[in-house]
Amino acid sequence: MVHRRAGKIRALTMADKLIVRRLDAWFKNVQALRDINLSFPENNVTAIIGPSGCGKSTLVRCLNRMHEVVPGARAEGEVLLDGENIYAPAVDPVQIRRRIGMVFQKPTPFPTMSIEDNVAAGLTLNRISLPHAERDRVIEKSLRQAALWEEVKDRLRRPGASLSGGQQQRLCVARALAVEPEVLLMDEPCSALDPISTARIEELLLDLKTSYTIVIVTHNMQQAARTADLTAFMYQGELIEFGDTRQIFTNPVRRETEDYITGRFG
Amino acid sequence: MELSVESRGNYVYRKAKSDLMMGVTVAATVVTLLPLFLILGYLIVKGAASVNWAFFTHMPAPVGEKGGGMANAIVGTLEVVAIACMIGVPLGIGAGLYLAENRGARYSSAIRFAADVMMGVPSIVVGIFIYGVVVHPMGGFSAIAGSIALAVIMIPLVTRTTEEIIVLIPHELREASLALGVPQWRTSLSVIVRSAMSGIATGVILAIARVAGETAPLLFTAFGNNFFSTSVAQPISTLTVQVYTYAISPFPDWQRQAWAGALVLTVIVLALELGVRWFTGGPAKSAH
Repeated sequence: MVHRRAGKIRALTMADKLIVRRLDAWFKNVQALRDINLSFPENNVTAIIGPSGCGKSTLVRCLNRMHEVVPGARAEGEVLLDGENIYAPAVDPVQIRRRIGMVFQKPTPFPTMSIEDNVAAGLTLNRISLPHAERDRVIEKSLRQAALWEEVKDRLRRPGASLSGGQQQRLCVARALAVEPEVLLMDEPCSALDPISTARIEELLLDLKTSYTIVIVTHNMQQAARTADLTAFMYQGELIEFGDTRQIFTNPVRRETEDYITGRFG
Repeated sequence: MELSVESRGNYVYRKAKSDLMMGVTVAATVVTLLPLFLILGYLIVKGAASVNWAFFTHMPAPVGEKGGGMANAIVGTLEVVAIACMIGVPLGIGAGLYLAENRGARYSSAIRFAADVMMGVPSIVVGIFIYGVVVHPMGGFSAIAGSIALAVIMIPLVTRTTEEIIVLIPHELREASLALGVPQWRTSLSVIVRSAMSGIATGVILAIARVAGETAPLLFTAFGNNFFSTSVAQPISTLTVQVYTYAISPFPDWQRQAWAGALVLTVIVLALELGVRWFTGGPAKSAH
């Protein structure tokens, strides 16, 4: 990797896919994020680590304007997607969410839909109607990208909820990919999964980063070390350290980072 | 040893107590269900003999004349209830959706309280109210007035069950849909309401079953009609009012017809319930 900055926080790079500038976020009166500045380069996996309640989930939810769907939650600052501020007044958050997909902690297949309908949900719910063959092609492509195709190709009409937890999570990845986003946000995508399913999702990340910009929130530091090119460490709503994953894990600059990765707290 | 013997005795005692309580709850269940079967059985015994083809196809016969049926009342009940559903179900689901999606909002607790109060309003009061605001201004009794009265009774029932079912839908499902770039309104309708549909349908069935059996709110609204009418602007005959009229009459023929009417009404409600359950896929699945 080329990011070999000695300092504690990798400098904002204006060429990066997604840039966060002076971002603050609140839940009612409680400030959850303080002056966050960082940028996510294209075709990289960036991990966000930190103890519970440090604001890492809030940060990723700010990146596709999902933070504000929680009653009383608001955010201020700039998030630039290809240089365009997604918090500008004229920007429709719905459009942003189509460009920046998200996978959540718990698998959330739509219970009334079959496997194939779940994959196509982002299209059908947005009334994007495709010719039948094209729809099938999108479903197959998305399921292949999510490494689920071989397991479900013979039962696409079964309910999505009939799959195992790990398969459901990959179904959610396929569903997010079917709308062809540019950025994929993953909020602790493996925390409800067993080790084998977790390994599959991690392999998936390495495949997907060739076509997407990926941001993953994780509690699992080994996971960050295995999958991420860059790692950001957050603590108490602030970005403490951000840089090359290897550097963060082998030679952290800040005391808090070292304490966290060595397991002294968190 | 001493301890284990004591604890064993204790166990036998506790087990006996458990069995006793089990027996009590089973007895309570039997006593609760007994009236249901007694009512059904009694209705069949008293009414089945008078239910024949003519009952469904003929009009009421004048006093003293044998035969006759309740064709007009059967059609009337179906019509009045169907129109009540058209008014009450969309309003009730809409209000329930609002309450579920805005649980913390300033007006929701007031609306919720109002719905609860409305459920407790005696149905005859609803009838009088509709008499005042619909029948009187329209200048006469009408099927539509009866439907509105029944809709007023249905709305709070549908509202509250819709709300209760929708809040059971996991929050994550809503977020998953929003994160796909689906607008809020379409998320509510296509994901939330759809996931809650079988639960909402159960609530609607219960509301239909409740209003189809109402007599009091129809007495001063739909009123009744000895002739065949499907006009919404005219008084219309309904099974419940017809049963009421016939049951309090001194004529044995009419009383027998009242029993038959009660049986048919019960069967219609039961068929409706089974039909909707079949249509929405099995018995009331809880939302998950």
